[in-house]
Amino acid sequence: MMRGMRDESSPRAELVVREEGERTILEPHGDWVVDTIGRHDSAIRAVENAADPCNIIVDVRHLGRVDTSGAYLLGRATRRCPTPDADFHFVGEHRTVRRLIEEVRQRTQICGPEEVPTFGFIKALARIGAGLEAAYREAVDTFAFFGKTLTTGASCFLQPWRFRLTPTVWAMEEVGVNALPIVATLTFFIGAVVAFMGATLLQSFGASVFTVDLVGLSILREFGVLITAIMLAARSDSAFTASIGAMKMQQEVDAMRVLGLDPYEALVLPRVVACVLMAPLLTFGAMVAGIFGGMLVTWSAQDISPALFFTRLHSEIDISHFWVGMSKAPVFGMVVAIIGCRQGMQVQGDVESLGRRVTASVVQSIFAIIVLEALFAMMYLELGI
Amino acid sequence: MTDDILISVRNLRSAFGRHVVHEHLDLDVHRGEILGIVGGSGTGKTVLLNTILGLKQPEGGDIRLNGQRLADMSARERRQIDSRLGVLFQNGALFTSLSVLENVMAPLREHIDMPISLMEEIAGMKIGLAGLDPGAADRFPSELSGGMRKRAALARALALDPEILFLDEPTAGLDPIGAAAFDSLIRELSDALGLTVVMITHDLDSLYAICDRVAVLADKRVEAVAPIRELLGNPHPWIKEYFHGPRGRAALAAKEN
Repeated sequence: MMRGMRDESSPRAELVVREEGERTILEPHGDWVVDTIGRHDSAIRAVENAADPCNIIVDVRHLGRVDTSGAYLLGRATRRCPTPDADFHFVGEHRTVRRLIEEVRQRTQICGPEEVPTFGFIKALARIGAGLEAAYREAVDTFAFFGKTLTTGASCFLQPWRFRLTPTVWAMEEVGVNALPIVATLTFFIGAVVAFMGATLLQSFGASVFTVDLVGLSILREFGVLITAIMLAARSDSAFTASIGAMKMQQEVDAMRVLGLDPYEALVLPRVVACVLMAPLLTFGAMVAGIFGGMLVTWSAQDISPALFFTRLHSEIDISHFWVGMSKAPVFGMVVAIIGCRQGMQVQGDVESLGRRVTASVVQSIFAIIVLEALFAMMYLELGI
Repeated sequence: MTDDILISVRNLRSAFGRHVVHEHLDLDVHRGEILGIVGGSGTGKTVLLNTILGLKQPEGGDIRLNGQRLADMSARERRQIDSRLGVLFQNGALFTSLSVLENVMAPLREHIDMPISLMEEIAGMKIGLAGLDPGAADRFPSELSGGMRKRAALARALALDPEILFLDEPTAGLDPIGAAAFDSLIRELSDALGLTVVMITHDLDSLYAICDRVAVLADKRVEAVAPIRELLGNPHPWIKEYFHGPRGRAALAAKEN
């Protein structure tokens, strides 16, 4: 009964099939265990299909060790006989195989054949349709979530004692303070690149001093806020989705509901408020770093001194450009936070859906940022700012 | 039972930072037996299991599997040993992105060379063996109840017909009828296959019903290992409380009736 540790030298499973008159005799040799039986599947299936199941005999005299997988394969041969475990099916004595075959057969239920997926033109159309419908539903749900967050925010505004300060401050640190170095570094390089490109282009017109205008305008109006928003989407939005999603998987969100805590109030609102407040501050930091980067490049490449750079910045670039950039920041912050939280709340019980939702959340928020950026550009153009 | 020792743990020390969980812990598991491990919460039952499985590095001491030191094994030997072990983790640890059938097939795919169709059949057989109905095979773990998940995890643990089966609280969260069926399943498998089973459990009924010996973890070591009848007379206060408390007496009475 006691088996030793299986080792590499275990005898291989062999199968001899004999015909004796009407009867087909299966004669397994060696050890029929899970590692060794794979080769005999087709041979046994051939016997199953060819012979009458009631005339199949298993001769177990030469059988070595056997485990449930081996027993399953041997037992499968006689499965379709009305009396699969009757004595006449077996020849010879073996310590365990009869009992094991019977045990396995009793507990095995045959699973139905799997549905074979079909492909075709109609299928492709159906997939496109399903995709469009899903996108439409996503959009509607996102707006619904947006509305729900706003009403929660409004009720917190009317009952300020319900607002959760500690998680908000924690989220502000996470989203704002900790993100500042990377946002500043990125815009510093963007500013430098813009200055380089401007310098080489404008020099050929002999108008290299306009590099200052280019750097100021592009950083203040577009790049400062855009880089901030994209970093928020990549850094904070994915973190929101992952953390809320993990809470959802562990049923923490359900537990909050049962305990009478509103998850919108406790999880969503602090993050949204933190993003709305910190996005303009990050944008400001980004603008400073971007202009600094541009200034260093113009100074080193074109000998425009910092004093001249700033004098020209003051005289040529209107303060309204700064406000245009800043005005977009809280909107982007809010959109990013809401998309991140919503995707987190959509996570189901499995790990796969967590990954899918984090991806969706980053993609959606960057998409939303670019679309909003275009809308803002058109709006300010019409307004003439 | 023979004196053939399959797993031996000697002088084990495990710690998390300054928090020492085990100190001078010795334990032997004999081939073919069902060993129950009991102990209060936080006495390191799961830590012991993880250490034997090699998931946690011990801070000191020696673990031998089949006479071979765990620490001396090469990666290849380790892989071979791993395919001989079946583990049922406390909350199943099924792969949530795979269906139940795919979960059970995962170890077969990894270690065994056989046609996919036979693999599916064998996986289906194991699912039946673990007491799940075939409808569950195509479902995902998140769609299963706690008890079904446990059975699916058992089916996966049994996929390679392991020689040693580790069970971490197999009957916790099962209804009494399901728990009793689970116990008899383990006993049957152990008898039919010569399985060695190491199970952590708090279920006194399981201990009485199927365990050949019971190891009690207390005071950072194995306080006693013996058949349960002998443990009843042990003077250690925790053991006394455990087996002679109201629940212990009820389980004993149930066993004797």
